[in-house]
Amino acid sequence: MDTSPGLGPDFSRRLFLQRAGRAGALGLLAPWRLGAEETVTLPFENGQRPLVRYPQKRPLIRLTSRPPQLETPFAVFNEGVLTPNDAFFVRYHLPNFPTEIDPETFRLEVQGKVAAPLRLSLEDLKKGFETVEVVAVNQCSGNSRGFFKPRVPGGQLGNGAMGNARWRGVRLKDVLEKAGVSAGAKQVTFNGLDLPAVSQTPDFVKALSVDHALDGEVILAYGMNGEDLPLLNGYPLRLVVPGYYGTYWVKHLNEITVIEEAFTGFWMGTAYRIPETPGACLPPGTSAKSTVPIGRFNVRSFITSHADAATLPVGRDTLVRGIAFDGGAGISEVLFSADGGRSWRAAILGEDYGKYSFREWTIAFRPEAPGPLEWKVKATNRLGESQPMEPLWNPSGYMRNVVETVKVQAVV
Amino acid sequence: MKKRILGILLACVASGGALASPLRIELPAETAFFKKASGSELVSSQCLTCHSAEYITTQPPLSVTAWQGNVEKMQKKFGASWTPEQVKAMVDYLTQNYGISPSPKEGPK
Repeated sequence: MDTSPGLGPDFSRRLFLQRAGRAGALGLLAPWRLGAEETVTLPFENGQRPLVRYPQKRPLIRLTSRPPQLETPFAVFNEGVLTPNDAFFVRYHLPNFPTEIDPETFRLEVQGKVAAPLRLSLEDLKKGFETVEVVAVNQCSGNSRGFFKPRVPGGQLGNGAMGNARWRGVRLKDVLEKAGVSAGAKQVTFNGLDLPAVSQTPDFVKALSVDHALDGEVILAYGMNGEDLPLLNGYPLRLVVPGYYGTYWVKHLNEITVIEEAFTGFWMGTAYRIPETPGACLPPGTSAKSTVPIGRFNVRSFITSHADAATLPVGRDTLVRGIAFDGGAGISEVLFSADGGRSWRAAILGEDYGKYSFREWTIAFRPEAPGPLEWKVKATNRLGESQPMEPLWNPSGYMRNVVETVKVQAVV
Repeated sequence: MKKRILGILLACVASGGALASPLRIELPAETAFFKKASGSELVSSQCLTCHSAEYITTQPPLSVTAWQGNVEKMQKKFGASWTPEQVKAMVDYLTQNYGISPSPKEGPK
């Protein structure tokens, strides 16, 4: 186990407070110009990253700059069940996305095997269809990839490529039904305004089955936590696929195409595929015989109130807090261990924001003697699915969901 | 460009705010770069066409096989067009500077 200290709550809050005032004075959209660069070190080899302020964002952990990949500092997840827009992670695949978007001229095309193709403005969407809201977690397929042992190539993320927001928009189902899906339709593809640097690189297009697209759960979202989407989270419209990994949540969504075959483009047919094995895992260092497209989240839970090396007082109650989520069955139980997993107690679940949301959990813990403590948290969903005590491995570094450990110190 | 935004803002004010104005952002500069060594100019000229240097510099130390696989992926899947000599020179550079067995002169940080 790695005991490197993570980004503690105090540090993150201080940084935020230092910067927030000045950013307000300068205007939200100005990129932050860092003099001496602030850095954090994620607890794995080669884990040093700059903290960089992007437009509409507080300083986030920058993984890559072109295209941008920004990770949420983990302490943010202790601020509340909803992840603030300015702290929400960013993950692009292609570098050429528009940095100026006019909501008046933006159009969404609905085309392909439909009775009547549609060309919709944002106003058309907002006024022509029922408005719906869902609180849902978006999580990158490769969230936590940096913790894989043995390490695997790919975006070396800590645990911050996830977030939970209240998405506002219209049902994909309602829009598709207005266009009239043909009887022979098999899949629906989704394309956004982002483009590759060279034309030979495959455009970022994702697909869902027609049944999934018409299940009423998938949303065309223009709102996030009561505001417009930040540009870097897909302004002015993105697909929200509750319970599914972020790869399907196409940003700057401007093209929906109904097709009568299975889509085989690179980002479905080659990338974002997982071993066709239970738990999508393989013996470390091996490759899969057959693969399927990645799908729903597995169960995860985190301690957010304390980071490694945190201290707590002997003989007094400390409130331990965290979050749990899954792919849409809903969390039914969260267990907490203060002794490395030898004994477990049930935590109290917080307000239920719906089956796709982070679920807060809390538990009071009183250490009786000074010394090191190994805390663990383990969630179970309503299907009885839980988390493994030892990490599972796959060659792409997807779907990590091991029971997480935080090492703290009880002090007199 | 500032004038243009001001123009848009003024247009909105004049129309009573009925029109939503365009959202425009400016991305921060790239700050990452490759370690200077034999081959770094080739890698810079080729890899930076499509992505910033962190795609390489943030990787864990990778084996020659893994770097070879990644370079080939850029050719076969992402459309890079390189000669076998360029591929070899890039794999050599990546393995020596970001590989599992660093050269004695300069290991990965």
